[in-house]
Amino acid sequence: MTTETIPPVAAPEFKVRVEVDGSSRPVVVLYWGSSLLWLTIATLAGLISSIKLHSPEFLGGIEWLTFGRIRAVHWDTAIYGFGGLAASGTLLWLQARLCQVRMPYPKLLLVGGVVFNIGLVLGTVGILMGYSTGVETLEFPLWAMPLLVVPYVFIVIANFTMYFTKTTNHTYVSQWYLMAVTVWFPILVLSAEACTNLGAVDGVAQAIANWWYGHNVVGLFATPTGIAAAYYLIPKVIGKPIHSYHLSLLGFWSNAIFYNWAGTHHLTGGPLPAWTITLGVVGSLMMFIPVITIGINHHMTMVGSFHLLRTSPTLRFAVMGSMIYTLSSFQGSLEALRSHQEVTHFTHYTIGHVHFGMYGFFAPLMFAMMYYGMPRLMDQEWSSARLIRIHFWCTLIGMSIYVTAMCYAGIRQGLMMNDPSIPFLNIVRFTVPYLAMRTLGGLILLTGTIAFLINFVRIITPRKYTWATPTMLDTDRDWKKLLAQEETEKGARK
Amino acid sequence: MNRTFLLAFGIFLTIASSITGLVIIPNWQFQELKPVVKLDGTRYPEVYFGDQARGREIYINQGCIYCHTQQVRMKGYGADIRRGWGTRRSVPRDYLVDRPHQLGTMRTGPDLASIGARQPSVEWHALHLYNPQITSPGSVMPRFEYLFREVRSGETVPADAIKIPRGRQTGDATHIMPTDRGRTLIAYLKRLNQSYPLPEANQ
Repeated sequence: MTTETIPPVAAPEFKVRVEVDGSSRPVVVLYWGSSLLWLTIATLAGLISSIKLHSPEFLGGIEWLTFGRIRAVHWDTAIYGFGGLAASGTLLWLQARLCQVRMPYPKLLLVGGVVFNIGLVLGTVGILMGYSTGVETLEFPLWAMPLLVVPYVFIVIANFTMYFTKTTNHTYVSQWYLMAVTVWFPILVLSAEACTNLGAVDGVAQAIANWWYGHNVVGLFATPTGIAAAYYLIPKVIGKPIHSYHLSLLGFWSNAIFYNWAGTHHLTGGPLPAWTITLGVVGSLMMFIPVITIGINHHMTMVGSFHLLRTSPTLRFAVMGSMIYTLSSFQGSLEALRSHQEVTHFTHYTIGHVHFGMYGFFAPLMFAMMYYGMPRLMDQEWSSARLIRIHFWCTLIGMSIYVTAMCYAGIRQGLMMNDPSIPFLNIVRFTVPYLAMRTLGGLILLTGTIAFLINFVRIITPRKYTWATPTMLDTDRDWKKLLAQEETEKGARK
Repeated sequence: MNRTFLLAFGIFLTIASSITGLVIIPNWQFQELKPVVKLDGTRYPEVYFGDQARGREIYINQGCIYCHTQQVRMKGYGADIRRGWGTRRSVPRDYLVDRPHQLGTMRTGPDLASIGARQPSVEWHALHLYNPQITSPGSVMPRFEYLFREVRSGETVPADAIKIPRGRQTGDATHIMPTDRGRTLIAYLKRLNQSYPLPEANQ
């Protein structure tokens, strides 16, 4: 493949796209780029927590890095840092593209992105210093929260502005989900903070509010953004419309109604009125409806196009994400059953499930968005096919090791805990080898993240040359060739 | 425009209904719950004050919740009671004064709902927090040595210092003294006790 500049295309459609992408570039690149830095931080924090759980003396004696703090930092940086920023970048760019409008208020959104990052840093340092609120998933000290909420308001405003000024006639499925995220997320955060850290409700009602939030932050923020990305990317890459419009309608509304009620299964067996838990279990089981309809829609669209997985980086990540969405949601619904919870509730199984969803479904779809979006936003191609391959296989293999080890260990751990004749410390000793396997999985995930980060840094570095065609997985396209080309060009000019 | 409004309103309704149904209504239900007055005139649960309240802050900021629950499941569901983690199941009234709640969802370590009744000795808690391997060999709990001051051999040993068992002494430390924070954390742990027989726990 020789390097050359992208040939100009004169179609009017292309012109609109250039306008949309050009106006989105600074904002979306800031959000996505910083999300990857947070992913690296979150993965490192996760790795430290993981090592500490099988080798407690690792970095022992440092109060800042004690398990209970670094573990909180891991989840909060993963969900708000990586999740929040990657999803917001995705939301803004998809909405701009689907509405075919320029990105509104780019300066405001840029400032918002910077403020959000400052908020994340303050929140993280706050937890490490011991200012955690003690409410799971809402650990960031209250003084850091406005810095996260206000920028999100900017995103909500930008989203609605785009939607009301759209130049297209119809609304695409992804846009329903994006609209839902922008309505849900601010309400979710504000009401959960009010109920827990601001003390609007007391005692165990606070625990319900906590888990209503803890479950919904995944279900009403990460999941809809991931589904929106899958609905956009799969048809886009394979060039076919989605399988069924009616199914997507059913999938959307059933997801919106049932996911909301599922959170209380996190408190099964807990000191709560039985009906609150029953509602959560029912909500979780009803999730089979949206999961199956969305699954049919995604997978049936793919039928006949699986050969494209060999070459397209975007499609590979998107299909991995949508397939694991189906699997992890099935797992999640079954997990909510009381008989299942009796065994797995307080075990590593739950941790395995969370990572199956977050790193098997949500993260790959965000990666797919970036693999698809960055070359279009930056007007240059990914510099190394090998790094993409490394990233993909590390994500798939690392995640699989992690999830298998945790789910298996969790079931055994739960069964042993329910047998009072087994001393507790024997159970702890039993889990240690699996906890070590998790560290291995985490290391592989970190390797993949770093490979992606390198590719990402290169694509945002302005280059004189790029390739004319997309970087496909079966090529051996490499950065060095591009650099060499530039060098010879420079030499020739001299 | 109209359909957009409908879409946004529908989306709003889904979340508004779930927070009403799952949080606001149960919270109303709990409004009538009051602490019980015991025969000796004290109340259960009593508010956290002094060392207990400060110790609870330490419990929170060290992130104990990520490995320890504070909730006992009912008889016949799991083996919580048979493991001796409590004498009865936990009920909403046990948590009237908990702010923020520390129910927890993970049992890398055992449940602590009644740890004060199960381990009433300050010495046990001090040694366990200082180095879990002393009391619980094989544990993966971190050491909280920064909540203690080590008394080295040769130093005068304060009267209330706790002796590290022989064979478990590292370096030249022979005794430990809880720091202010260590002392309050132990006070909080010792107070955790759900053994008072609330009538609704038997229903």
